[in-house]
Amino acid sequence: MDSTPVIALVDVRKIYPLLSGDVHALDGVSLSIAKGEFVAIMGPSGSGKSTLMNQIGCLDVPSSGTVKIDGQDISQLSDFDLTALRRDSIGYIFQKFNLIPLLTAFENVEYPLVLRDRKYDDTGRVQALLDSVGIDAALAAHRPAELSGGQQQRVAVARALVNEPSILLCDEPTGNLDSKTSTQIMEMLARLNREGRTVIMVTHDASTAEYADRTIMIQDGRIV
Amino acid sequence: MKKPDIILQLSVRSVRLNLLRSVLAALGIVIGVVAIASIGMISANMTLSVTEELSATANVLVVKPDSGGGGGGFGMGGGSSDEDDFLDPDQYNDIRKAAGSSYVYFLYSESDSIEAGSENGRSTIYAMDDEAMKDVLTLTEGSFPSTTSQVVVGPDFIERYDIEVGSKVTIGDEDDEEGESTVRVTGILEERGMSMDLSSDNAIIATEKFFTGRYDNEDEYTQVNVIVDDINDIDAVTESIDESLNRKDDEVQIQDSSRMLESISSTLGTLTSFAIGIAGISLLVAAVSIFNVMMMSVTERIREIGILRSIGTQKDEILRMFVYEAAIIGVVGAGIGAILSLLIGYVVVFGMVGTTEYFFAWDSIMNVPEGMIIGAVICVISGVYPAWRASNLDPIEALRAE
Ligand SMILES: Nc1ncnc2c1ncn2[C@@H]1O[C@H](COP(=O)(O)OP(=O)(O)O)[C@@H](O)[C@H]1O
Ligand SMILES: [Mg+2]
Repeated sequence: MDSTPVIALVDVRKIYPLLSGDVHALDGVSLSIAKGEFVAIMGPSGSGKSTLMNQIGCLDVPSSGTVKIDGQDISQLSDFDLTALRRDSIGYIFQKFNLIPLLTAFENVEYPLVLRDRKYDDTGRVQALLDSVGIDAALAAHRPAELSGGQQQRVAVARALVNEPSILLCDEPTGNLDSKTSTQIMEMLARLNREGRTVIMVTHDASTAEYADRTIMIQDGRIV
Repeated sequence: MKKPDIILQLSVRSVRLNLLRSVLAALGIVIGVVAIASIGMISANMTLSVTEELSATANVLVVKPDSGGGGGGFGMGGGSSDEDDFLDPDQYNDIRKAAGSSYVYFLYSESDSIEAGSENGRSTIYAMDDEAMKDVLTLTEGSFPSTTSQVVVGPDFIERYDIEVGSKVTIGDEDDEEGESTVRVTGILEERGMSMDLSSDNAIIATEKFFTGRYDNEDEYTQVNVIVDDINDIDAVTESIDESLNRKDDEVQIQDSSRMLESISSTLGTLTSFAIGIAGISLLVAAVSIFNVMMMSVTERIREIGILRSIGTQKDEILRMFVYEAAIIGVVGAGIGAILSLLIGYVVVFGMVGTTEYFFAWDSIMNVPEGMIIGAVICVISGVYPAWRASNLDPIEALRAE
């Protein structure tokens, strides 16, 4: 494994100032994740797992502390650069699938590619990816609302992979799926990890955490 | 075929998904564009047709007594320096001299009650020198008067009283001091349209002898018309008459048709701005409804915006997506508005101006693209703020929205 970590957090704090008092969603988190690792993050609801994922995923910047992705301090980046980083280097898989309702399954997968390359897919790569997650061309022509949860999450996995990101972030990817579909999605993530991708996954479920190399427990915004 | 920009595709699909709402918003723009373009076209067509009619008499100067201004008091009797409401033969001769080779003739006019056919009414009665009558007027039927009890009349007069050559016309009233006179129509004049030197279409033209006999106003000319040979000499001739008659006192007013044209266009211009102001209000209402629809679209799609942002869509791409949406509504609305304003404008111009001769003239037809551009631009502007709001949403907040 590479010596410089893909992800390095040093004393990261995230404070939400509220009228009822500040909420310390992250309270001094330091961690580093090496390239190719599969890390599970576990903890009770409201402990700060999603907030942590948002920092790693460049959707948010910490109140204090540093977050480095591939050695790059994200607090130094403009919104434009952060957005480009999300598009090119990070693949997201959400609990609620978060597909674009106006686009078909195929177009959803193609979308990040078009954003990056400013042209539509003419290599067959999009359908190949969809095939690899078990969505055939007929199914790919459907809009998300016409697909089952499991099918939507497969499409979301394909979308997350289309720009070949080095990091996959999954926030409770199986949280809305039945156990059989959950297993299929987890097998898929494990395979992607074996192919060399860094996978970071938030989960509630101890059995899904077993797929990971390492589990980080978090409580009240701190790693325990 | 190349597929359109993905951001544009999202906009198109959003409009299609909310078709009814978008169509209703576009309707406002349609109405606004039709109102602005039609009013512009009506005004342009009126101006064009008036200009055309007046330019037929562009080489005519009308000289009238200067009745206004200059504190002269109540001078009675003749004398060229007095402020009379008529011109006398001395002044007429001065004008002739000053006008050089131009054709000059005097005109009497009065308004009087009329009975012709079986109808009563009022009409202008002109009189002029027999010779001038033959030189200036053209008949379509009949002949010029050969006795004092004969007259010629304009074509609209014939139509209005439903009479013909040979019919009798009674001028005046028994109760008047002038009493009644009966004359016979011997000829019908060619249509002259709108002109300021001699509006004969709806008038009676009598002999000088008849007129001065009836109204007892010999040598009291209402106006003197000067037909200038070369239209380029208009200013020089005006100058010369002004020099000669108005040196001491302002005895006469000299008008050419450009003055009349100016005053007509400025009146039309005022009316048009007023009407366009009202049409503008309909565009304002349209703008508010587009704004409203765009805000609805943003609010409904907050979560979608969060998704788009989280997977790498730039702020300016979100901005573009919503501006496109407004622009689609605007362009479609303006396009339909343009087609409708051609149809409606044609009918309305025909109804109000009486002719569609100038409908496709540039000054008229350009109101359509102009209205379109205004409509579409207003749409886009109304969409800018909602789009800006959308693009500045915090991705995490947006993702949390339900
Ligand atoms: N935008 C926000 N404003 C205020 N408080 C927030 C916001 N986001 C998260 N929090 C708070 O931060 C804490 C951690 O939230 P989160 O990271 O979503 O927890 P988890 O994903 O582990 O359930 C919670 O107490 C939550 O209420
Ligand atoms: Mg969470």
